[in-house]
Amino acid sequence: MSGTDADVIIIGGGPSGVAAGLELRRRGVEKIVLLEREAQLGGATRHCSHSPFGMREFGRVYFGASYGRRLEEEAQKHGVDVRTGHSVVGLGMDGSVEVATHRGVEAMTARRIMVTTGAREQPRAARLLPGDRPIGILTTGTLQAYVAFHGLMPFRRPLIVGSELVSLSAVLTCLTHGARPVAVVETRPHALARAPLSWFPGLVGIPFRKGVEILDILGSSRVEAVTLRCDARSETLACDGVLLTGVFTPESALFLQSPLGVDAGSAGPAVDQDGRLANPLYFAGGNVLRAVETGGWAFREGRAVGAAIAQDLESGSPAADHVSVSYEDPVKLVVPALVRRRDIRSAALRQFQLRFLRKARGTLSLTIDGRTVWHGRGRWLPERRILVPIPDSAQDARHIGFRFAEEP
Amino acid sequence: MSLTPVSPREDLFDVAVIGAGVVGCAVVRRFALAGAKAILIEKGADILCGASKANSAILHTGFDAPPSSLELALIRAGRQEYLEIHESRNLPLVRTGALVCAWNDDEAERLESIAETGRANGIDGLTLLSGAEARRTMPALSDRLAAALEVRDEHVIDPWSAPLAYLSEAVALGARFLRQAELLAGRFDDIWHLETSAGPVSARAVVNTAGLHGDTVDERLGFAPEFRIKPRKGQFVVLDKAAARHVPRIVLPVPTEITKGIVVCPTAFGNVLIGPTAEEQEDRNRAAVDARTLQALLARGSEIVPALAGMPVTAVYAGLRPATESKAYRIFVRREKRAITLGGIRSTGLSSALGLARHALELHATFAAPLAPPQTAPPVPVPNLAETRERDWQRPDHGEIVCHCELVTRREIEAALESPVPPGDFGGLRRRTRAGMGRCQGFYCHARLAEMTKGRLATPLAVDAEDRNR
Repeated sequence: MSGTDADVIIIGGGPSGVAAGLELRRRGVEKIVLLEREAQLGGATRHCSHSPFGMREFGRVYFGASYGRRLEEEAQKHGVDVRTGHSVVGLGMDGSVEVATHRGVEAMTARRIMVTTGAREQPRAARLLPGDRPIGILTTGTLQAYVAFHGLMPFRRPLIVGSELVSLSAVLTCLTHGARPVAVVETRPHALARAPLSWFPGLVGIPFRKGVEILDILGSSRVEAVTLRCDARSETLACDGVLLTGVFTPESALFLQSPLGVDAGSAGPAVDQDGRLANPLYFAGGNVLRAVETGGWAFREGRAVGAAIAQDLESGSPAADHVSVSYEDPVKLVVPALVRRRDIRSAALRQFQLRFLRKARGTLSLTIDGRTVWHGRGRWLPERRILVPIPDSAQDARHIGFRFAEEP
Repeated sequence: MSLTPVSPREDLFDVAVIGAGVVGCAVVRRFALAGAKAILIEKGADILCGASKANSAILHTGFDAPPSSLELALIRAGRQEYLEIHESRNLPLVRTGALVCAWNDDEAERLESIAETGRANGIDGLTLLSGAEARRTMPALSDRLAAALEVRDEHVIDPWSAPLAYLSEAVALGARFLRQAELLAGRFDDIWHLETSAGPVSARAVVNTAGLHGDTVDERLGFAPEFRIKPRKGQFVVLDKAAARHVPRIVLPVPTEITKGIVVCPTAFGNVLIGPTAEEQEDRNRAAVDARTLQALLARGSEIVPALAGMPVTAVYAGLRPATESKAYRIFVRREKRAITLGGIRSTGLSSALGLARHALELHATFAAPLAPPQTAPPVPVPNLAETRERDWQRPDHGEIVCHCELVTRREIEAALESPVPPGDFGGLRRRTRAGMGRCQGFYCHARLAEMTKGRLATPLAVDAEDRNR
C-alpha cells in the first residue's frame, strides 16, 4: 500500500458496501475505508418499511434503521474504517476520489475503488409527467424518509402511481400513517407485482386501475387533482399528492460525470463477471449495477465483489481483455455487460442478470461465438429478475450476445 | 419569523413598486439607491413567482434586438451595470459566448444580415464562422452545421440570485418588501392609496412591474388599458450535469419571423438547458408541461448536439412570458398621476432589468420632487450557487451536505432561512440554495428539508399531524 490512503475505498455504506468491506477484511486486506455521505450506514434499508433484512447474512431479522446499526457494528468489529458524512463528489481515473466533508474538499487514493451507491426511484421530471409542478409530488423513498426520520407526512389523500412491490409498501405506509390513497394507478396494461400481492389495494378498498395515462397534474401551490385517461375515458380525481413508486434507477452520477461512463441499458457502470469496470482500478456492486434488487441480494453481491477485489490485490496480475455482451430490444439490460478472459468459476457474478423493457412472448437465447449455449421460451415480464448462468466457455469468447425471437 | 417582515401601513412611501419579478427587484433597488423610501409589493409568497422564474438565464448583448429601440438601449444599459456590479455582489458571469447556428444554406445566408444588425446595434465580437470553424469552438455540435455567427459577449448568469441580490441591497438600504399582497385597487388624490390583500399602502408614486398581470394592475390603478398581456408559454428541459461537458457555449437558432426558437445552453449551475417553446395561451397563472413537447425538446436537443441523446433529464419546467400585441416594451408614464408602467418585458428582462430601473428613475424625475440625497451602503453579496465559482461545500465548517446532488450545505439552507429576504415557499428555497434541484429532485433530501423548513413556508412541505386523521 505504498503512497495510497487505503487498499480499497468503498463508496456507499448500504448492504453491498458494508458486505464488501467485511469480506475484504475477512480475506486479510489491511486498510479498507468506507465512505458514506449520510450520518448512518444502511442506505435505503434505513427507511424501507416493507421487508425485514438480515436473515441470511446475520441469522436474524431487522427492520429499518436497526439493520444499519448492525452493519455499523459489524464494520467496526472487523476493522473497516467507516467515515460517515463523507460525500464523494468525483472519481479520478487513477484510483483517486474527491471527497467533500464538513472540513471542505480533500483527495484520497486507493489501490482499488469500489462503488456501491445503490439506486433510487425516478422523480417526476425524469418521467416527463405532464401538468403543473406544485409540491406534493414525490417518491416512495422520500415518503418513507418523511415518516421514518422525521415523523412527518407530505399529504393525506395521494394518488399512487405504480404497481411494483414498492407500490404496495407505499400503500401500507400511507395507511399506517393516517393517509388514505385515493387510487393506485399503473400506466402499463398489467400490474408489475405478482398476484396475490397485486390484489392488495383492492382488498383494503383502494381502487386499482391498469392501463392508465396521466393526462394532467393540477395545483398551484399543492397538488389539487390529477386527470387520468382510463378506457378511453378521462376523469379528474381530487387528491393532495402524487406518490410515484418504483421505476428505480441506479444512483450512478459518479460514473455518469466521469469518463468511466454508464451502460446504456442498466444506467449503471458496465462491469465484468467480477464487478470490475473496463478501467481495472474500479469495481461496483449492489443496486448501482442495476435497479433494483433486495437488500439481501445487494449484501451477497457486495460480498462476492469484495472477494474478487481481494483476489485481484493478492494476484497482482494485470487485468485481462474483455468483450462486451450484446443484446437487443426487448432486453433492457444485461449485468455483467462485460466478460473478461478469466476464470468464470471463481467469478463474483456467476449468472447474467437480465431485465425486459416490456412484456414479451418468445425465445431468449444466449449465443457465444455463433453457437447457442442457452435458451428459454415463454412469457417475459418487465422488472422481473431473469438469471442465465455464465457458461465457462464465455471466458474465451469473442462474441457474446443475447437474442430474442418474439412470437405474436 | 413572519412572511411579512414589516408593517408598512403607517408609512408614506416615495414609491411603491408593484410586482417582485426581476424588473421589480431592480427598480426598488435603484429607487432605494437614489434615496427614495420604497416598498415592493408582491402577490405571491416570494419574489420571482411569475415570468421571472423561468427563463434561459442568458445575459444578452442585444445583437438581435430591434435597431434603435428602447429595448436595445435598456439591454445595453442593464448589461453594463450587471458587468460593473456582479463581482461585488458575488454574482456569477459565465463567459460562454453564443453561436447562432445555421443548419442549411437559407439560414446561412441570413447570418450576414443578423451580423449587420448586430454591428449596427453597437455589438463587438461578432464573427461569421464556417460550420467547421464553429465546431472547433464546440466539437459536440452536429456535423450538419452549415455556418454560425459567433457572438462573443453573450454570457450565462444566475437568473434567481441576481434579482435576490437587487432586492437584498434595497432592503439593506431601508426598502420594504411586502409579500402575499395582491394589489386590489388604487386611488390617486395627490398620493396613491393602494389597497392590497395585505392591507393599505400609501405612496407618492407607483411603478407597475407586474409582468403577466401588468395590464390588470394598470386597470386596478384606474388607467384605461394601453396594452393586453397575451401569455406565451415556454417549456424547458434541464439535462444532467454530465451533459455540460458537451455544451460549453450558448447555441442559438437563426430566428424566424414567428419565434426566436429553441436554445441549447449551459447553466451557471452546471446543467444544460433546452428550450423554450413558444405557445400562446389565455391563462396567466398556469404553466403546465406536457410529455410530447418535452420529448420534442429532447429530440431537438440531440439533433443539435448528438451527444445529448439519452442524457438523463434532471428537471422540466415551464414559464409564461408577458407578451403583448406588440414586440416592443410597453412603457407608459402618467405624469399627472405619478405612475410608470413597465410592461411587456419578455425574454430580455433579465438582461435589461437594471437598465429599466435606471430608466424608471429618470422618468420619475420628470414628474416628482427631488428625492432625498442618494444613499450609500456596502454592496450586499449573495451566496454563490454557480459551479464556476467557489461553493459553500468547498469551504470548511458548513455543518454537513444536506442536498447531495447539488451539494447544498446546512449552513447555506439555514442562512437562506434567516436572511433579510427569506424564502416564502419551497420554490423560493430551491432558487436560493439549489436544494432539491438536482438529479434526484429531492429523493434523498426532501424529508430533511421538510423538517428544516417547518413553520417557515407559506405552503409547508409536510401536512399538519392533527389534520392528518381528519
